[in-house]
Amino acid sequence: MSKEDRRLLILEREMKARMYQKSVLLEILHLAHELYGYFDKDLLNYISERLNLPPSHVYGVASFYHLFRLKKPGEHVVSACMGTACYVSGVEEIISAIEREFNVKRGGSTADGKLSLFITRCIGACAMAPNVTIDNEVIGKANKEVVLKRIKDIIGG
Amino acid sequence: MSVSSVVKIKIDGVEVTAYEGDTILSAAKRASIYIPTLCYLDGLSSYGGCRLCIVEVKGSPKLFPSCTTPVSNGMEIITNSERLRKFRKLTLGLILSEKPHICSICVANGHCELQDLAKEFGVDHLRVEREWTAHKIDLTHDFLVIDHNRCILCARCIRACDEIEGVHVLDMKMRGKDSQVIVDMDEDWASSRSCTSCRKCARVCPVGAIYVRDKPFSEIKDKEMAKFILSRRGL
Repeated sequence: MSKEDRRLLILEREMKARMYQKSVLLEILHLAHELYGYFDKDLLNYISERLNLPPSHVYGVASFYHLFRLKKPGEHVVSACMGTACYVSGVEEIISAIEREFNVKRGGSTADGKLSLFITRCIGACAMAPNVTIDNEVIGKANKEVVLKRIKDIIGG
Repeated sequence: MSVSSVVKIKIDGVEVTAYEGDTILSAAKRASIYIPTLCYLDGLSSYGGCRLCIVEVKGSPKLFPSCTTPVSNGMEIITNSERLRKFRKLTLGLILSEKPHICSICVANGHCELQDLAKEFGVDHLRVEREWTAHKIDLTHDFLVIDHNRCILCARCIRACDEIEGVHVLDMKMRGKDSQVIVDMDEDWASSRSCTSCRKCARVCPVGAIYVRDKPFSEIKDKEMAKFILSRRGL
């Protein structure tokens, strides 16, 4: 709870330092995303109230940008690279294998909140395509067997 | 107006006097020259989203949306040509293919600006495949209904809600093909705390996306809407 309060305090301080100007919305959203990792509706409502902006406007801006998350990410995050090189090398097959195996949809999380599957743009390691990132660990030249095994290891342990 | 702010432009070969800050569309309107529009509505700010009001400007290979392009001295504008008709027809086809627009089961049938324009430009076939994604229909409000299957994202309702009613209940979420008009935080309309139920969104909707339940569309949609808005703004 006290941690929760501190994050709100940091947000509040930043908004106050910028005189609660409506134009700082995007910067505040960045900060809030950094602090919380995702937006829930209560947080967006709080920002809209403090900056005196219509809630629909805040939600519209937050949902416009791909890098803002509107859903709580799972405990472990798998992101598959959908850049051209990875796509051509068959990352699609790996993604659908993960989807089938763990009953998770791309961009979503499993029901128990253990695993999230995200699609990213090129991570800049095209020579190692296809790339799948599991909790900041990059697996290059991936195939579905290796990736599925690694995910199972991480979730299990 | 001071003398210096008057600019002379030519629209379809006719000399037209306009004022600095005018858009091509407003100058053409004053001179009673017709330019087809869809997202534009008198009294609301220009959005430039539908691209039906595109015109040719002499000396540039580009096409300009007339509702957002300001006039400048000596401009020569063509509002109707084979090329423009072709692009307008294509644009209409793209708008129509984006959502499952089926006129025969639509409340706006016969009172639809999109339908009228399609008739005017002879869009009887679609050259691209339709996007058959099913979108939700929000029936929670007492009498206002939003059917996202019919929405063309012209943002007239958003602008009316923001600029005339001043509450900004409606906005657009996401981007690209995921774009959708939202109520507050993407909530059901009934749970919106800010909506005043003024029906202005239904009045300005050019298609049958927002309408008042149990009311004929001819009654919802006021032909004098533009004038009504202008008088409200004191212009």
